[in-house]
Amino acid sequence: MREALRSSIDTAVAVLRTLAFGQRVAACLFALLALLPLLSPMLGGSYLLLIGERVMIYAIAALSLELLIGVGGLVSFGHAAFLGVGAYATGMLASHGLGTLSVALPAALIASALFALATGAIAVRTRGVYFIMITLAFGQMAFFVATSLAPYGGDDGLTLPTRTLVLGTRVLKNETAFFYAILAMLAVTYLLVGRLVASRFGRVLRGLTDNEMRMQAIGFTPYAYRVTAYVIAGSICGLAGFLLANQTEFVSPAYMHWQRSGELIVMVLLGGTGTLHGPILGAAAFLMLEETLSRLTEHWKAILGPLLVLVVLFAKGGIAGAMEAWRQRKLTFAQLLAAADGLARTMAAAGVERWRLGSTALRGGVDRLALLAKGATKRAVTRWKPLQVALGGRLVALRQSAERGLALAAARWRRR
Amino acid sequence: MSTSLFVVQVFNGLQLGILLFLVAAGLTLVFGVMDFINLAHGVQYMLGAYLAVTFYRLTGSVFAGLLLALPASMAFGLLLEVLVFRHLYERDHLEQVLATFGVILFLNQGVKIVWGAAPLNMGVPDVLSGSIPLMEGLRYPVYRFAIIAAGLAVAGALYLFVAKTRVGMLVRAGATDAAMVSALGVDIKRLFMIVFGFGAMLAGFAGAMVAPILSVEPGMGDQILILAFVVIVIGGIGSIRGAFVAALLVGVIDTLGRSFMTDGLRLFLAPSTARIIGPALASMAIYLLMAVVLAVRPAGLFPARGRA
Repeated sequence: MREALRSSIDTAVAVLRTLAFGQRVAACLFALLALLPLLSPMLGGSYLLLIGERVMIYAIAALSLELLIGVGGLVSFGHAAFLGVGAYATGMLASHGLGTLSVALPAALIASALFALATGAIAVRTRGVYFIMITLAFGQMAFFVATSLAPYGGDDGLTLPTRTLVLGTRVLKNETAFFYAILAMLAVTYLLVGRLVASRFGRVLRGLTDNEMRMQAIGFTPYAYRVTAYVIAGSICGLAGFLLANQTEFVSPAYMHWQRSGELIVMVLLGGTGTLHGPILGAAAFLMLEETLSRLTEHWKAILGPLLVLVVLFAKGGIAGAMEAWRQRKLTFAQLLAAADGLARTMAAAGVERWRLGSTALRGGVDRLALLAKGATKRAVTRWKPLQVALGGRLVALRQSAERGLALAAARWRRR
Repeated sequence: MSTSLFVVQVFNGLQLGILLFLVAAGLTLVFGVMDFINLAHGVQYMLGAYLAVTFYRLTGSVFAGLLLALPASMAFGLLLEVLVFRHLYERDHLEQVLATFGVILFLNQGVKIVWGAAPLNMGVPDVLSGSIPLMEGLRYPVYRFAIIAAGLAVAGALYLFVAKTRVGMLVRAGATDAAMVSALGVDIKRLFMIVFGFGAMLAGFAGAMVAPILSVEPGMGDQILILAFVVIVIGGIGSIRGAFVAALLVGVIDTLGRSFMTDGLRLFLAPSTARIIGPALASMAIYLLMAVVLAVRPAGLFPARGRA
């Protein structure tokens, strides 16, 4: 048993070694998510599963927005509209009895792609602040159209009769199956966007962001590339909308509210733009923050707001950026893994030992138990010591770097 | 579609347009001079309304409420500038958007904490209550006329300020090339503060003026902010004249669209279809206008000079 475990860990480490840092983080995230349904019964039941689903759905949306913001340099402030278009396509079809996967999913993708084409064809003609305002306006337009759609619930929204049928079965009603379906979609999106960014298309897009004039001089037309990127991002976000409609079994204009678009930008920036694991981390961090804060107080937005201002003012690069900085301070992923591995092995060994001694002691009597337990603790402590030293050193380094950051911030503040 | 209803709606549209202009003027000035995109501008409008209600309750006079709200909203705008916005001028637009979004979240919630989530009301001043007859069988509230008149007066004063005074000249110069103005020995930080405080006061003025006729509630600024964005995109960023023309256009088209789109469609569509499509199309009208303007003139109707 332990051999098998060790060898599988070794294989995993070997595989992870071949990946770039960002990919390793993403792989760990995916592994964590894949384990969530197994762990959720121990950690609070299906509630955790639902949060996990929301995180993944918004991670898909944030990934599509990263394609625009991080790669294309297009700050879209109306991205939630695509979430809504995808969700409404799903909901409207379902209300007409067409809630099957073969109809609803392509419809959601095509509807959001068409909406992206129509609005993008105009929005992409402009740059910078104009683009921000125009996408915001188009998002608001979609919101108001949805509120005036009286046959489909208008303001109140639309309840789906059931989740989308897969081959005529209600398999998505099973929360675990649905969870893994979303996970698969997220993985596909991650790989797809990764491929896209690395492709010629992605390079041209990035080139246009860096120096548009130079790209034009060597013969690229910015407009076509940007519109294409906008349409691709829109339809990926439509996929997220399809999933969101299925998760809540409800569609409402609130999905397209302009604050939702703002929240998507927050996810991308909080996670760290310029990376692909950033948006996933950002979505997870934002939703968990929202979950925690909203449980703390109903005025959680009054806490979130200043937090965002502080993130913008002082923490460039978001979570992914912080991880990168951490890594550059000589703490490699391999070391972290080795430390975790060592910790796990020590704990497992100590546990086995204690259990063995403990069972003997039970047979031997209470006083012997106490004696042996003391011995076991001592042994465990001696084994812990080197680890503790190592951990302590890292903690000191962490505290020092935090102090340095604080001093820097204070100095900057004083200079102002 | 009776003529009197049409006239009333045109006046309502003008009134909305004037309010939009007051909000958009500050937004477009701040953007034009400082290259700073301030999402929190709509919150200034909301605060203006709340401050007006508060001063009205303290003093018992609507006029005092309106007048005291002006310096108060200016002071609040300057406070925000010193605390947050000043540190964002050098950042890129994405970060400005995010930080000002955070400010919106905070202030919308803050207003809820201070004044409660329920909408507030304040009365129309006695002098301006009642209505005047426009034509036979048609009366229009005096207060709404007062809003239009006050807005036009402010627009005129703003024009004189920007076109004829020394500070106005610096503002115009700043919109063209802020770095050059700074190099010529003008304290650009102070200029920024003046422009920002002024913009905040205009938005607060708009909010204070509508406080007697609208319900004052958290989030009331978000809606007008997005309309103001549409206005300055149509008018051309940085241009006051463009903001004025576009604000009136947007106000009238939006109001008329909402009242007459369904009836208009009924002329050549089945009534049931018209009833479904009408409201949807009406809420799209101004965005379609924006799309058409952008298709013809990507930089807006009156592009400010020196800006791509």
